Amino acid sequence: MSARLLLLLAALFAFPAMAQDRLPPAPYAYQQLADPAQEAQAKALMETLRCLVCQGQSIADSDAPLAGDMRHEVRSKIAAGESPDAIRTWLIARYGNWVSYDPPFDAATALLWLGPLLFLALGGWLAFGRFRRGADEEGGEA
Amino acid sequence: MRSRWVLFVPLAIMGLLFGAFVYRLVTPNDTLIRSQWIDKPMPLFDLPPATAGVEGLKSSQLADGRPRLVNIFASWCIPCRAEAPQLEALKAAGVPIDGIAIRDRPEDVAAFLRENGNPFDRIGADMQSSVQIALGSSGVPETFLIDGKGIIREQIQGVILAENVPEIVARLGAMK
Amino acid sequence: MIAELGLALLWIAAALACLSLVAAIVYLRSGKGELAALVRPASVAQGALTAAAFGVLIALFVRSDMSVELVARNSHSLKPMLFKVAGAWGNHEGSMLLWLTILGLSGALVALFEKRLREDTLIATLAAQAALSLGFFAFLLFSSNPFKRLPIAPPDGQGLNPLLQDPGLAFHPPTLYIGYVGLSVAFSFAVGALVTREIGPAFARAMRPWVLGSWIFLTLGIAAGSYWAYYELGWGGWWFWDPVENVSLIPWLAGAALLHSVSVTATRNALRAWTVMLAVIAFSMSMVGTFIVRSGLLTSVHSFAVDPERGTFLLVLMALYIGGALTLFAFRAGAVAEGKKFALLSREGSLVINNLLLTTILALVLLGTLYPIVAEAMGEKISIGPPYYNRVAGPLALILCLVMVAGPLLNWRRDDGRKLWSRLPAAVLAGAAVLFGLVLFGGHVGVLPLLGMTVAAVVGVASLAPLWGRNLRRTPLPTWGMVIAHFGVAVALAGMAAESAFIKERLVAAAPGETVKVGDFAVKFVGVQPVAGPNYTAIEGTLVATTSSGDSFTLRPAARTFPGLMGTPPTETNEAALLTRPGGQLYAVLGQPVTDADGRTDRYQLRLWWKPLVWWIWLGGGLIAVGGTLALLGRAQLLALWRARRARRKQERFA
Repeated sequence: MSARLLLLLAALFAFPAMAQDRLPPAPYAYQQLADPAQEAQAKALMETLRCLVCQGQSIADSDAPLAGDMRHEVRSKIAAGESPDAIRTWLIARYGNWVSYDPPFDAATALLWLGPLLFLALGGWLAFGRFRRGADEEGGEA
Repeated sequence: MRSRWVLFVPLAIMGLLFGAFVYRLVTPNDTLIRSQWIDKPMPLFDLPPATAGVEGLKSSQLADGRPRLVNIFASWCIPCRAEAPQLEALKAAGVPIDGIAIRDRPEDVAAFLRENGNPFDRIGADMQSSVQIALGSSGVPETFLIDGKGIIREQIQGVILAENVPEIVARLGAMK
Repeated sequence: MIAELGLALLWIAAALACLSLVAAIVYLRSGKGELAALVRPASVAQGALTAAAFGVLIALFVRSDMSVELVARNSHSLKPMLFKVAGAWGNHEGSMLLWLTILGLSGALVALFEKRLREDTLIATLAAQAALSLGFFAFLLFSSNPFKRLPIAPPDGQGLNPLLQDPGLAFHPPTLYIGYVGLSVAFSFAVGALVTREIGPAFARAMRPWVLGSWIFLTLGIAAGSYWAYYELGWGGWWFWDPVENVSLIPWLAGAALLHSVSVTATRNALRAWTVMLAVIAFSMSMVGTFIVRSGLLTSVHSFAVDPERGTFLLVLMALYIGGALTLFAFRAGAVAEGKKFALLSREGSLVINNLLLTTILALVLLGTLYPIVAEAMGEKISIGPPYYNRVAGPLALILCLVMVAGPLLNWRRDDGRKLWSRLPAAVLAGAAVLFGLVLFGGHVGVLPLLGMTVAAVVGVASLAPLWGRNLRRTPLPTWGMVIAHFGVAVALAGMAAESAFIKERLVAAAPGETVKVGDFAVKFVGVQPVAGPNYTAIEGTLVATTSSGDSFTLRPAARTFPGLMGTPPTETNEAALLTRPGGQLYAVLGQPVTDADGRTDRYQLRLWWKPLVWWIWLGGGLIAVGGTLALLGRAQLLALWRARRARRKQERFA
């Protein structure tokens, strides 16, 4: 029992060097903008930007230092008067579409955006296609 | 009697799904996020010195006609230490190297340079990762190959290995 | 010794599954009745033995037997007992054994209690269930053995992830698994019916309680998981469209469509092909979900350890099962004779639209989850998140809600719309009132939350419409179930929309004694103190929140540190403090200490949110589950059986 305890204590005091920096977070990482309208814009934008070092979180939901720095960038830029779309474009120019949770509409993603509509149309036609052909007692099929 | 082919639609959709699964199992997930800011000019910045005894880094200093490396590192980044011999080798081969230290305290940078050597001509302190973000860099260590006009030509993510050193020297030599 | 016993039990259970399958196949092809008599007992025994093996695994965790690799990797002797037990299923191998246990027990229950179905269909169903079990037994025994021993037992284990050390989360996997794997019975009934070509009300009646039961558990599991993420992750989000969340939602959507469809088939002998297809799809999606989570296909906070070899095994299994079932469907479903026709404006019509919309939402969630793989194959890395789902699934879900309230008011086969006309104006009025109220007084509200609240008002009133003009005491339980479940949807929708629209956030670096205003509250930061727990240390903050009417409440958010065990780094978690009020919840998180410009070091980062009506989301989920349970009980023949027995006894007494 005491050997186990010693081992546990040794483990407690021997954690390896952590790959985390020691600086405090950037000013706007955890501080809101003074103007509520601007803060709302910034918040809405941050919720759609992806954290680069996390496992699938937006920068608004992450405590990682780089996410905090990105929040600082976003809030600073909004405070300086830039539009959310301009900031999103700026970030996409650096990191590609991966950094935005709002996928673009281009050749590669056409199927993504149009797929559900096509599916609905196809399904509707299959289920109710008989309506077009004819008269009173037409209906769907069980 | 409903048309026979309709009943095969679910099976066909499953087939497509499995195609995606097989593709993903065969070509595993590439989790690196590469910078898209390639073949673009270096963003404008003016960083203070990262520690006592070194010069700070200005973006204008990177367009002096000599192709160079910009190495993004941090003292808290353990793999960055593994890169130190390669950076020394590159410096010995005549490659100018500038450093940007991310989120680092001056005393920690000083300790890092003492332990691993200083191959950098200048080291800028990027306390809030703003230059890192402007470059499209997503971690440390990363190295950017810049040509003589200050245009970013390539990004290397991760530690530079010994076998990559001659290639880097050659690539920089081919740039203007 | 015990671990080897567990393994032996699993091998025997697998052999029994093999026996069931072979006996059933021979019987179905040749009609030899004696073999059929083997199938039911074999299924029961298989279920019992698998459950016993799972019990053995739990016992190993309870005893902290570190010679077993799974226990050494996932447990620790200092862990509280509840989490030791939960550790049994909080990992890949253990949860796979849980999957098999539920698969086996479901088969056993069908074998024990299903007496009304035609014998050959029932045998085919049990055979399908045995076939499912066999594949997963092979997966478990050959590539994911939970009872593997270590050559040398370490002195203690590597502990369970501190984020998972939560009572709510301890029960989240079993609840979900009962849901996912319960749908396997629906799959097996569908396959059985296709094999014997008996696709009619009988198999639907047999399947219905299983569909309802599993769906209720899925609803509870998903709601519980959402609530756990809400209070544990420290930012107050309750749904992230994370790939693993999405793959839990997809079987739920399929189950929702299926439970409506199966009722129609059971009572009206309609929508038979839909019912069979949805039954196959529902469990197929459960399997796809488990494959995605365990193969490391997609990055997610939820993923188990990545192992492409396991992924390939599961993929082959799924190809056999899903491919086989859908091929059978394609070849045999067409032989179903045409059902009676119905008009678009009828209950059947609205249920077809319901199925269609739910299936489309299911398809688009699947598409969104997997599309990054497709895009990467085309050379582009993209991320798909709330902006996509809100824009595409949002409108469809709202339309579905509106169909949901029209449907129950329509007659079967053909309706003239009179009942709708007479009962809906009240609902439309409620919706209009909410809409105008929000537009005039709500301030800046986004389009989707605005529509969400409007539709919630319409649905809330209209879902009660089927009860108007009825004698409430004589209303059958299933009708009550439907009303409460649909009402629950309205409540959850209102909660989601109100929280998105009216949430108030304050992020401050507060010093002790300072007060922060958020919503209707003045929150005073009193101070912090260190606290020690059973296996962690924490900094606990004390906040006093006062409303404008003078009521005062204390909140204690904390930041916990779990020491790293056996050389792993320490983990930090955030315990948010929640204050639930009638109007919503106050959510407080204690962040890092902040050194400000004056050199003060006693400032702490505080994150405060006032979230209006947020608890309606989970209340709605609970109501949906209650509604489903009422429907299940109402259909259960237990009440009728009990009354029949009473009547018989009475007769016997007077005989």
